[in-house]
Amino acid sequence: MTSGGGGDAAPASPLLHAEGLRKSYGPVIALRSADLRVEPGEAHALLGANGAGKSTLVKLLTGVVRPDAGTIAVHGRPVRAASPAEAARFGLAPVFQDPALVPDLTVAQNLRLTGADVDAVRTRLRALDLDLDFTELASDVPLPLLRMLDLARALSRDPSLLILDEITAALPSDLAERVFAVMREQCDRGGSVLFITHRLKEVIATCARATILRDGGAVATIAPREGGESEIVSHMLGDQAVAAEVAKAERVTVREAEAERPADGEVALAVSDLRGGAVDGVSFEVRRGEVLGIAALDGQGQDELFAMLAGEQGVGGGTVVAGGKPLKARHPFDAIRAGVVYVPADRLHALLPQRSVRENIAAPRYNRLRRWGPINMADEGRRVARAIDALQVDTRAQRQVRRLSGGNQQKVTIARWLASGFDTMLCFDPTRGIDVGTKRQVYALLRDLAAEGSAILLFSSELAEFPLVCDRVLTLYGGRVTAEIPGAAADEATLLEAMHGLSEGAA
Amino acid sequence: MTSTSLRPPLSGRIDWRRVVRRHGWTIGIVVLLVAFALYWRSSTSVPWGPFDVQSLAIDALPLAFVAMGQAVVIISGGVDLSVGSLMSLVNVLAAKEMAHMGYTSAILYALGLVVLGALIGSVTGAVIVVTGVADIIVTLAGLFVLGGCALAVLQVPGGAAPLRFQSLVTLDTVGTRWLPSAFVILLGVYALLWLTVRRRRLGLALYAIGSNRDRAYLAGVKVARTRIVAYAFSGAFAALGGLALTAASGIGDPNSGSIYTLNSVAAVVLGGVSLLGGVGGLIGPIAAALVLTLVKTVMIIKGVNQNWAQVIQGSLIVIVVMIGGLAIRQKGKTG
Repeated sequence: MTSGGGGDAAPASPLLHAEGLRKSYGPVIALRSADLRVEPGEAHALLGANGAGKSTLVKLLTGVVRPDAGTIAVHGRPVRAASPAEAARFGLAPVFQDPALVPDLTVAQNLRLTGADVDAVRTRLRALDLDLDFTELASDVPLPLLRMLDLARALSRDPSLLILDEITAALPSDLAERVFAVMREQCDRGGSVLFITHRLKEVIATCARATILRDGGAVATIAPREGGESEIVSHMLGDQAVAAEVAKAERVTVREAEAERPADGEVALAVSDLRGGAVDGVSFEVRRGEVLGIAALDGQGQDELFAMLAGEQGVGGGTVVAGGKPLKARHPFDAIRAGVVYVPADRLHALLPQRSVRENIAAPRYNRLRRWGPINMADEGRRVARAIDALQVDTRAQRQVRRLSGGNQQKVTIARWLASGFDTMLCFDPTRGIDVGTKRQVYALLRDLAAEGSAILLFSSELAEFPLVCDRVLTLYGGRVTAEIPGAAADEATLLEAMHGLSEGAA
Repeated sequence: MTSTSLRPPLSGRIDWRRVVRRHGWTIGIVVLLVAFALYWRSSTSVPWGPFDVQSLAIDALPLAFVAMGQAVVIISGGVDLSVGSLMSLVNVLAAKEMAHMGYTSAILYALGLVVLGALIGSVTGAVIVVTGVADIIVTLAGLFVLGGCALAVLQVPGGAAPLRFQSLVTLDTVGTRWLPSAFVILLGVYALLWLTVRRRRLGLALYAIGSNRDRAYLAGVKVARTRIVAYAFSGAFAALGGLALTAASGIGDPNSGSIYTLNSVAAVVLGGVSLLGGVGGLIGPIAAALVLTLVKTVMIIKGVNQNWAQVIQGSLIVIVVMIGGLAIRQKGKTG
């Protein structure tokens, strides 16, 4: 590895040096204080769990957002990029997770829009062994090819630092190999690569060094080849001892509830060989009285899985049986009638934010009412009151749901199903962005619901939740179930390994 | 292995299926225009002559201009509800001052008003970008503000325009008597103001910010500046519309533009521009402006009651847009 990419700067200065970067969005601190040092001629990985601050750091480096504090220096010179266009002038070329290509323009128009040299991009694409019609609309080009096009566009600028954000996530393996070849070439000619990925194997294969983020700060810079996956995972998780202690304390309440669980309830929801979108043949059963966890990294098919079960998205293949009857949901209405209800992560997606708590809770009930008859307000009032009671919803701001706190909104989304009745509840990251106290109430609530005979399917991005709430956990990777882990054994290290597709556990 | 490569670039041959896929709507609206024109011709009892074409041009020119401006804004992902009042303002400014002018100074003054329109549009755009208030609200406010200005300039209809200036729209023809100069002016403005920018970075940026603002930003487009430019276009085209009104009517009327605010949106929608932005062109809206004008003319000839004429015009817009939408959805299903 040479350090020839330094240009007129002193040879000792790193190609990119970020120090003390901080960024908060309102009260949420996305990045506390991150340092990153990328040397010329190296492929450097940026790692961290969901929410550790990776994407925020990338956005700061590429001028998409501006830091609250901290400095960024390229070749030893401090830079302040106010926009992605400016960052490009400093030799930083990002390939974002979502390709920066405008759907309604043709490929060639997209390139001209950014002032890229169309012929240079074509040459780069050919070098990648790819060809495509540049007069095609970007929206007609398949996603993997768009990513490669974005990469070729970035390369055509001869960048000193190529930033690849999750580029391999949607690529078939032959294209991923070509990306790795590009990374090697970039390093050989003295440039550098910042490689962001969830796939630890790729990091070990391609990157000399890796910086690991946790809770918005850089915790370590290591050589992945030496420590291997276990070292990376332990840095990503941090002080496990503390987490374990907390978990033990919480588990007590959960296990109490478990004692009341009906043994081996009937199957409430059976999914076999389900396909569609990123989901590639998923099978499982959830029984009454059971909480089944689904753990996965971003984009492994969990979104589509839940959307298909909830009737929001058409099923590509396979069967779903709910309560003993085959369910072919074309619309959420069908799923709800079959007793399958959905609690999404984005609460405002499910609620009517400007209406009252009562109306929100009662809304799904209207499905079951006689179509034209008057609504029995007294009955509705009783049911709603019962649901609010059961969930301890703080109703001080009940006139408009949007004024409630996130945690209370989430309780309302669950409460509405309590009032209308259900057999299986699909919870997609129900505790995202809510405080610890409310989270605990949600866990206890899910256990209570199971104890009363409901079946619950729970996806969560917080791995610590699984051993607390779930009886079993399935991990998804690449649209398939990679492992089934008993709830008690689902600690973060085990889950992470299976989520990265590393362990070959029985599905 | 090039398993993922697509079909090779076409070597100069025109892919007609793709032309239809991308420009189907424009083709459709032009066909509709021709059909209406033929129907119009067959439904008149007196022999159909150059005079009819000229009168169509006179009627359609203001709407065509303002629809072009509205199309640019809607393509860029916004909407401009202030255009009607801006037309009125330019109309009264022109009629009040031009009456005493010679032809040359009237033309120069008219160009000045177009620049003024562009400036007013830029201010509107800048207010939207800087304050972050929704475009629909800012331009609605603009509708009232500019409408007030027009009334301040001229309380009651009045003023005049030099006859030679008027005849540009009402009498002159180019080459044959069948080609009114109004159409030539329309196409000239289209070529000058739109063809020059459409394929350049500015034009692409207008489409880009309407198509997907975040991606355009990530691709390095200066989003705020481009939005302001879109409203400047709209202002300039609205001013041209106001001048066309002045030439057509020969007087200034502070309420003359009011019907054009929503009619411009109607023409844009009928012309195949997506209200969501990023899709469409200016030829479609121009053709749609002619169609909407023709429909009115035909119904007057047929002696349809004015009120029913409105109902028919509204229904036509909904039906055409619905058929277009169904066709697009059908395409999505068959891939």
